[in-house]
Amino acid sequence: MTTLDVRLSALRDGGRKAMVPYFVGGLDDEWLDCVKAAAFAGADAIEIGVPFSDPIMDGKVIQEASLKALGRGTTLSSVLEGLHTLDIDVPLIVMTYFNIFHHHGLERSAAELHAAGVLGTIVPDLSLEEIGPWRAVSNEHDVASILMTALSTPPERAVQLAAETQGFAYAAARMAVTGVASDEGRGDLVVEKLRQASTVPIYVGIGIATPAQAASACTFADGAIVGSALVQRLLDGEGPKGVEQFLGEMRSAINAVGQ
Amino acid sequence: MTTYMGSPDASGRFGEFGGRFVPEALIPACLELEAAFKDAWADPSFHAEYEHTLKEFGGRPTPVTFCPRLSQALGVQVYLKREDLAHTGSHKLNNVVGQALLTKRMGKPRMIAETGAGQHGVASATAAARLGLECTVYMGEIDTQRQSLNVFRMELLGAKVVPVTSGSKTLKDAVNEAMREWVTCVEDTHYCLGSVMGPHPFPWMVREFQSILGIEAAAQFQELQIGEPDYVVACVGGGSNAAGMFAGFANSTSQLVGVEAAGGSAVGFGTPGVLHGMRSLLIQNEVGQIEEAHSISAGLDYPGIGPEHAHLASSGRAKYYSANDEEVLDALQMLSRLEGIIPALETAHALAWVIREAGALIPRGSKVLLNLSGRGDKDVAQVRDILRGAQ
Repeated sequence: MTTLDVRLSALRDGGRKAMVPYFVGGLDDEWLDCVKAAAFAGADAIEIGVPFSDPIMDGKVIQEASLKALGRGTTLSSVLEGLHTLDIDVPLIVMTYFNIFHHHGLERSAAELHAAGVLGTIVPDLSLEEIGPWRAVSNEHDVASILMTALSTPPERAVQLAAETQGFAYAAARMAVTGVASDEGRGDLVVEKLRQASTVPIYVGIGIATPAQAASACTFADGAIVGSALVQRLLDGEGPKGVEQFLGEMRSAINAVGQ
Repeated sequence: MTTYMGSPDASGRFGEFGGRFVPEALIPACLELEAAFKDAWADPSFHAEYEHTLKEFGGRPTPVTFCPRLSQALGVQVYLKREDLAHTGSHKLNNVVGQALLTKRMGKPRMIAETGAGQHGVASATAAARLGLECTVYMGEIDTQRQSLNVFRMELLGAKVVPVTSGSKTLKDAVNEAMREWVTCVEDTHYCLGSVMGPHPFPWMVREFQSILGIEAAAQFQELQIGEPDYVVACVGGGSNAAGMFAGFANSTSQLVGVEAAGGSAVGFGTPGVLHGMRSLLIQNEVGQIEEAHSISAGLDYPGIGPEHAHLASSGRAKYYSANDEEVLDALQMLSRLEGIIPALETAHALAWVIREAGALIPRGSKVLLNLSGRGDKDVAQVRDILRGAQ
């Protein structure tokens, strides 16, 4: 069991619904302040995207942010250097595409993630069938491998994913890449497929854009992930203050669930 | 003896290349496709329909043409496999007819496709029209400008063309966008990938559909009763025409040669990496960001190569070289003038290598079989502008 399993399970067992924001590492000069603002606003885990030139699981907002970050010379190493300077007690999770780790070296990547205080990774193009080598080396460094489950995942495969994922199970609420959606999605159906077999918490993401949507997801899931809606605010120049306000509202809406 | 170009292993690998690196949302569709393809490819009635369609609708078999004047000029015997004479003007129809029939067999009413030069997009739109399928084609915005006539062709054929404005706005990003779109519509839509790339089973399936041209060429060459070709040469972007051609000669004594664009040479300058669902050789920078390929031909503007080619290169069974834009323009003009055949710019890369190496790497008197993968009509306006500009 990884440290991330222990920490996120403890949250759930304590009755707290998790709010998990996503940032694009190296987006601008203020990105680390934005991460701190998220911690201050009550984030329970924070995803940091390492930009990749060909993000096939990402929609327009994160594509644009990734290009902007890449244009500033952002690399895996520069993001990890930044994270290393953070002094926050919120689990950090790195989200990127496999080629970044593949090129950097799996063992070296895992060791450097651990050294920077990162507790888990989400690699959307690493399927259950392909994740073995990465999982083996990252687990040696206490870095959890988080797997996604989709609406299209058959029930028996969802059981496998629930058993294999670490830290939390990522339930994708819609058949779409990352982005802002106006409807609620059907995260409930994915959570249902995972629930029986899952020992770790289940968080819902993909398309969650508003405090109300996050709160709604938390009625059937253990937490909600918000990415594009937040990144759009940063692209619009709202900065750490905007993060604090938006996530503050989301925190309140989530806290109101079940009360 | 090692045999080449058989089936990949259970994980979809050719040696250390291939695999299935896609988001979970697409895994069920890849599994469904793999099962459907295996089932269809073992079914004689599917083969019969596939071969009948390519014959009656597609104009197969295409001939092998000897080039007397070019051969005399080069001192090597040049034979062309004439895929330019197939319907839509290139080898691309072989693959899309297979995939369109498979789409129907899976009960899906719609296909999406990516395209670079527009050849695969036009072929997809053609097969979709023939079989009554809806078709949407993703094409980099820059390519829609370079190949505007092909955009109009696809629209005439009833397909919808979506210009892709992300990233480099060329083939690589058209693939990204098609994959993103596939996530949203995978239930009723097949992704008709245009080359021997992408996640398993695409590299294998597309090679199998293209192998019809190589198997045909091998039989036609045998009829000439001059022995096996010494060299079998094809241009390589993703590598589908080369894979189809090589499949007919993989276990012969012929030297297999793939020719890449100098500005997109994944074997020459690439390193192992993961992109578009596969582990293969990719052109990437020092931190693993994929670089943009540059070539005079939109169809070879791809920073990777199909995983089976990466395996053929690393095992030494096939050799890969490159040709630059200038050599390609010269080759296109030379074939046009000496043989009355205007090749596609993509195809002209293979020709450029033969012209350059005749009497050098290729000993005088050698028999060279070159896959004339496409006709050059689509490139005529671009070539005119370049040649006039150069004067």
